[in-house]
Amino acid sequence: MANLDREPSRRTAPPPSLAPGHTYGSVTSKISSLVLLRPYNWRWAVGMGIGTSLVILLGVAVFQLLSLGVGIWGVNVPVMWGFAIINFVWWIGIGHAGTLISAILLLLKQEWRTSINRFAEAMTLFAVACAGVFPLLHMGRPWKFYWLLPYPNTMALLPQWRSPLVWDVFAVSTYATVSLLFWYVGLIPDLATLRDRAKSRYAQLVYGSLALGWRGSARHWARYKSAYVLLAGLATPLVVSVHSVVAFDFAAAIIPGWHTTIFPPYFVAGAIFSGFAMVLTLCIPLRAAFDLRDFITDWHLDNMAKVILATGMIVGYGYGIEAFIAWYSGNPFEQFMLLGKGRPFGPYSYAYYAMLTCNILIPQFLWIPAIRRNPVVLWVISILVNVGMWLERYVIVVTSLSQDFLPSSWAMYSGTFWDWATYIGTLGLFTFLLFLFIRFLPVIAIAEMRELVHESHERSGQGHGHSGAEAHGETR
Amino acid sequence: MPQVFHPSANTLSRVVLFSLVVGPAALLGLVYLLVRSPYQTQVRVIREQPVQFSHEHHVNGLGIDCRFCHTSVETASAAGMPATHTCMTCHSQIWADSPLLEPVRASLKNQEPLAWSRVHDLPDFVYFHHGIHVQKGVGCVECHGRMDKMPLAWREKPLTMEWCLDCHRNPEPRLRPKDDVFAMDWEPPADSGLALGGELLQKSHMEVGQLTNCSICHR
Repeated sequence: MANLDREPSRRTAPPPSLAPGHTYGSVTSKISSLVLLRPYNWRWAVGMGIGTSLVILLGVAVFQLLSLGVGIWGVNVPVMWGFAIINFVWWIGIGHAGTLISAILLLLKQEWRTSINRFAEAMTLFAVACAGVFPLLHMGRPWKFYWLLPYPNTMALLPQWRSPLVWDVFAVSTYATVSLLFWYVGLIPDLATLRDRAKSRYAQLVYGSLALGWRGSARHWARYKSAYVLLAGLATPLVVSVHSVVAFDFAAAIIPGWHTTIFPPYFVAGAIFSGFAMVLTLCIPLRAAFDLRDFITDWHLDNMAKVILATGMIVGYGYGIEAFIAWYSGNPFEQFMLLGKGRPFGPYSYAYYAMLTCNILIPQFLWIPAIRRNPVVLWVISILVNVGMWLERYVIVVTSLSQDFLPSSWAMYSGTFWDWATYIGTLGLFTFLLFLFIRFLPVIAIAEMRELVHESHERSGQGHGHSGAEAHGETR
Repeated sequence: MPQVFHPSANTLSRVVLFSLVVGPAALLGLVYLLVRSPYQTQVRVIREQPVQFSHEHHVNGLGIDCRFCHTSVETASAAGMPATHTCMTCHSQIWADSPLLEPVRASLKNQEPLAWSRVHDLPDFVYFHHGIHVQKGVGCVECHGRMDKMPLAWREKPLTMEWCLDCHRNPEPRLRPKDDVFAMDWEPPADSGLALGGELLQKSHMEVGQLTNCSICHR
């Protein structure tokens, strides 16, 4: 009956989210074999090698920081927030696409999310892990991180509740917890599949323990489904709340260029914008390397490109409103920052125009359907969007701080070697975690793909192509 | 296909799940208790000293005033430790041959002060001034306990920031008339309640709100 309801909207006939001809068995074999049968190849080794080398770089940078202090970074009066906060916001933003895909698109019953949600969620987790590194290191004494939490201490002190940085602690830790739970709960049936298919005793034990005794009974499925939808409900507000709180870090301050009410919504849009760009950056090489074009079709790329185009235009609107309000308010400091020698004509104007090019101009190419379906061009655009979104945070943080109200305290900022080493190190950490994930866990949700097979069979009607019985026959 | 797990894995998994929840909670609880225990705060732990000096004997038995030895307590940040000469005021005559006092005589002879081990040692980032507390009517007993009942000195209060703030947030019940600051056995007059404290607070122009400014103690 549901099919009938859907039918009218399908007149424009979106292509299937799954290449035709797949059965439960073929889907399961193909995805699980990535982990179980042909795990090591040179591509994986090269990626892992790069990731590991950069993690070592991160380790050296962190060691240097802890032994010498945050003075090895470029931060100094008046630019006390430098790379650390830029990278923090950039990484947190990237994570948002994963949550949007897994939670909101699930509740909206967008079935094309199925083949990208698993690794988008993994991307979220790893991005949050990379993001978390920066505020911790920026504290200077990371071993005192627990002072950020309201715990019963002998100092009779609580954190400063009026500080958005404290809100950040709660927003980000909630986000990390819910994302981890969501990801793990989604993995349980697949872990059981891997347990059942693994040949090695150790793999059976590890996947078996993680599968928490999943047997695939109807009761298991019923509980699993309700838990999954509940978690999706919990995660949905987080898509909006986390980056809003991150935006408050700026908007709650009185610095010109930060003190703007448009910040929370435009940060959220920017987060989804950069997050989808990162999903594309990852999934285009992934589907080529592991021959997953049947599951991540050109239609998926097309959809993601549309999301990038839409959110990119919201971001552009945000830039426009910032400038408009600066002019409309008549505030000379705002005008200086947003219309004068602050951003557009100031010392960092190169970053400002590069940002506008990457975030506003380049995504306009996505209006053209041929570009949306061309993986190579799309991949290049997604990289440029990531660069643009990094530059956006750079422009926001650095231009506003380096030229504040008092010209006598103005000073230029640039990242030092260790700033770059830490940043590139977290890119390495991200790569490292991602390649571990590709090696040990199914990159596509097997159980949900089987569901998709079931639905596409129902839709095409029994008897066409594969019979229902044939598809149902093979479940392992 | 054989079973991956032995039936005992069911019990094992329950134990693991249980301890994943209870373990960290118990660990945090342990830390909570440990930082408040005498192991950390040294409350009522007697400290080894070069000479076994009894406050009980000198204060309670002989009636010597605190200020006889701790001379700068009313005006300076540090209460002051007595010079060896102060001890020798009496001990050049009384117990002049006692083996217990040998370190004191050696100190005088060699012109080297006695190295007392400090019982109430605040961290260096805390600014504490004895003078202001005495002048505003905080009795010695409030922080140091009944020194007249300590044969060997110990720390009576934990000296945590929480403990400092207890009083800085609510000083009334800990105030007494200035003349009674050094009295060990002073009790507020019966049925005076908090009225006396409030009155003293006003008389000494204390702004309670300011007492919890960071810079009051961290300068």
